[in-house]
Amino acid sequence: MLNIINERIKQGYRTIPFPDGEMPKLPERYRGLPVIDSKKCPEGCAKCVDACPTDAITMDGDMKIDLGRCLFCTDCMDACPEGAIEYTQDFRLATRTREGLVTDGRAFELAHSIDEKSRKIFGRSLQLRQVSAGGCNACEADINVLGTLVFDLGRFGVKIVASPRHADGLIVTGPVTQNMKLALEKTYAATPSPKFVIAVGACAISGGPFVDHDEQNNGVDSILSVDLYIPGCPPHPLTILDGILRLLGRIETNAG
Amino acid sequence: MTTTIDSLRTANGQPVAVAEVPVVPYEVFAETLSTLTASPSVELSALFGMPGGSQSLRVIAATSNASTGAIDLFAMDVGDRYPSLTRQVAKAHWFERELAEQWGVVPEDHPWLKPIRFHRSYREGHDAWNRSVGDQILPSVQPLGTDYFKVQGNQIHEVAVGPVHAGVIEPGHFRFQCHGEVVFTLEIELGFQHRGIERRLVGGPDKRTLHYMETLSGDTSIGHATAYCQAVEALAGAAAPLRSQAIRVIALELERLANHTGDIGALAGDVGYLPTLSFCGRIRGDYLNATALICGSRFGRGLVRPGGTAFDIDDAMAAELQKRITGAYRDVTGAANLLWSSASVMARFENTGIVPLDMVRQLGVIGMAGRASGSDRDARRDFPSGYYRFAQLPISTWHTGDAFARAYVRHLEVQRSCEYLLESLQQLPRGDSRRDIGPMKGDSIVVSIVEGWRGEICHVAITDHDGAFAHYKVVDPSFHNWIALAMSLRNQQISDFPLCNKSFNLSYCGHDL
Repeated sequence: MLNIINERIKQGYRTIPFPDGEMPKLPERYRGLPVIDSKKCPEGCAKCVDACPTDAITMDGDMKIDLGRCLFCTDCMDACPEGAIEYTQDFRLATRTREGLVTDGRAFELAHSIDEKSRKIFGRSLQLRQVSAGGCNACEADINVLGTLVFDLGRFGVKIVASPRHADGLIVTGPVTQNMKLALEKTYAATPSPKFVIAVGACAISGGPFVDHDEQNNGVDSILSVDLYIPGCPPHPLTILDGILRLLGRIETNAG
Repeated sequence: MTTTIDSLRTANGQPVAVAEVPVVPYEVFAETLSTLTASPSVELSALFGMPGGSQSLRVIAATSNASTGAIDLFAMDVGDRYPSLTRQVAKAHWFERELAEQWGVVPEDHPWLKPIRFHRSYREGHDAWNRSVGDQILPSVQPLGTDYFKVQGNQIHEVAVGPVHAGVIEPGHFRFQCHGEVVFTLEIELGFQHRGIERRLVGGPDKRTLHYMETLSGDTSIGHATAYCQAVEALAGAAAPLRSQAIRVIALELERLANHTGDIGALAGDVGYLPTLSFCGRIRGDYLNATALICGSRFGRGLVRPGGTAFDIDDAMAAELQKRITGAYRDVTGAANLLWSSASVMARFENTGIVPLDMVRQLGVIGMAGRASGSDRDARRDFPSGYYRFAQLPISTWHTGDAFARAYVRHLEVQRSCEYLLESLQQLPRGDSRRDIGPMKGDSIVVSIVEGWRGEICHVAITDHDGAFAHYKVVDPSFHNWIALAMSLRNQQISDFPLCNKSFNLSYCGHDL
């Protein structure tokens, strides 16, 4: 027992104050919200469009990136001769709509809260069932991390529960493989209404690297209506936490 | 009786001409396989098919000898049926099920011929279970003529779990045949995560290839990306700069550290010992964040690229990494030592889920799980590639083969990796971290083996005449090891399943591809 207490003192207090206090500082090379400066684009250049592994970049008029497809890799940056695409350190990326993820990085509208009545019910207690439907275990791992003492999801009344019967919603990862489609539908049906669906990661939003493979369904919203989209490959745990807290109205400021 | 064996001998990352791989009659193939794998140092690293002539399938085998570093390649052509190799070489059992499912050939007299991923055959008109094109294929739904393994008798009952599990974990289906609390057998059904990656690799590399590698098994992004890049570089005849090879090893050891630390914590959680669970959950993040410091991604996405690494480590970063690893090393040691000095933990860990060494050898169990049963095999030493040719990490083994051994070997490996990193970060080789590698050589085959945190990752790349991939085979260590989890449950309490499962912590998507 004394050993345990001694070790606890050595390990120290590690919970981050987020969302209170200063914004947590992520590593310099962390790739958050991408910002595009279309003015730098040479006439007729589409090198980034060609380089993107998931065709996330479109040039219909102004250049835009679909964060729902984006793997936050460096392929577009490396291909661009003019440095028109840059990743910022901003980890706040969650939206309530699929269209909201298509952006040039400016005027990006973050997820807004559920309505007042729903907030009364779920604002201080949200139980979620996780379903991995073809996820590679990176999104799953960084959802799991929210339960550690660093993020301490429990202090917000949010919990990952063992059964859909106990849940207020699903937090889904993976492109929804054909082999998980039925299981996802059944898990959704087993969750009592009213219920939320949260799609975490490029796969769950668009199919990610597997988009248009016959073996999957290009994401959750081909099957279920999605209330919160959290992009990334995988999203940083702070991105997921920020998204969930915005959905619950626990964070309300928009991107600065 | 004279023994006829025929193979082409090569080594890890040494490409050879496809035409030189001997294509032998079935009898010689079977004899070669059983003769080579009779040695306890030899594992079957890969056994896979690729389309041959119009009605035949070319089956290629790669065995690897840990005492000599030799990799033997040999091939045969088969029609729609051939006598199963598993009857002679048990470790071929899962490979042959994969062959049957992917290409619609029947290994006759296979002891348990069932699909492993539940998808349609890659060759139209060929199906090992005679399913027609219109038949729906559903996961865990057994094709006609096959069934789950069942035990019958008074008071026998069956427990079915999954695909959706109670934790935040990938999907799989588990069937237990129990008598009271005791498990007689466990059968594991996978395939829920099947995303169809392998067949998309043919014709590449293209702009998605590397991203497939990084998501084959997301907790092993560095391991699989390294195996791929080493294969591509070998085929291009251009080694990555030494500095980048050293950075890859740093990232690979950080990946090992993060996963092992997380698992030590989760194992503590599975026996209800919360201090180590909560400490390790955080310390695991320290290693992931160290990886993010190098490349921006906690899982190492974007770091390993053909020709080197996309990011370099400067002196200031090396110093910062040393500082962080020193702290995390102290913390993980303190957290893990609590386990070994807690009688209630040890009572649950010891003698739970034993996989004896002879079973490990028979079934081809590899990696950390194999070493926990006393198998002295680690690709970092036995098939060294990249910077492991210069840096020797001591190999960690334990002899008891139980959940304790699998936890303890992780702790030993954590110590070795931390010590290696602290040393290596002080003396990174100078030079560039990336170079252009040029096109790949045509009509060649290369086997690329990397010791990921779970065990040996094996990639086999075959190029066509123009230097594109004619075939690309991925064997995640989980492919070999799922059967070990099933075996570990025999005659165990069913309540020990979570502990046994976590003690292996195998990859679902790495298996399902």
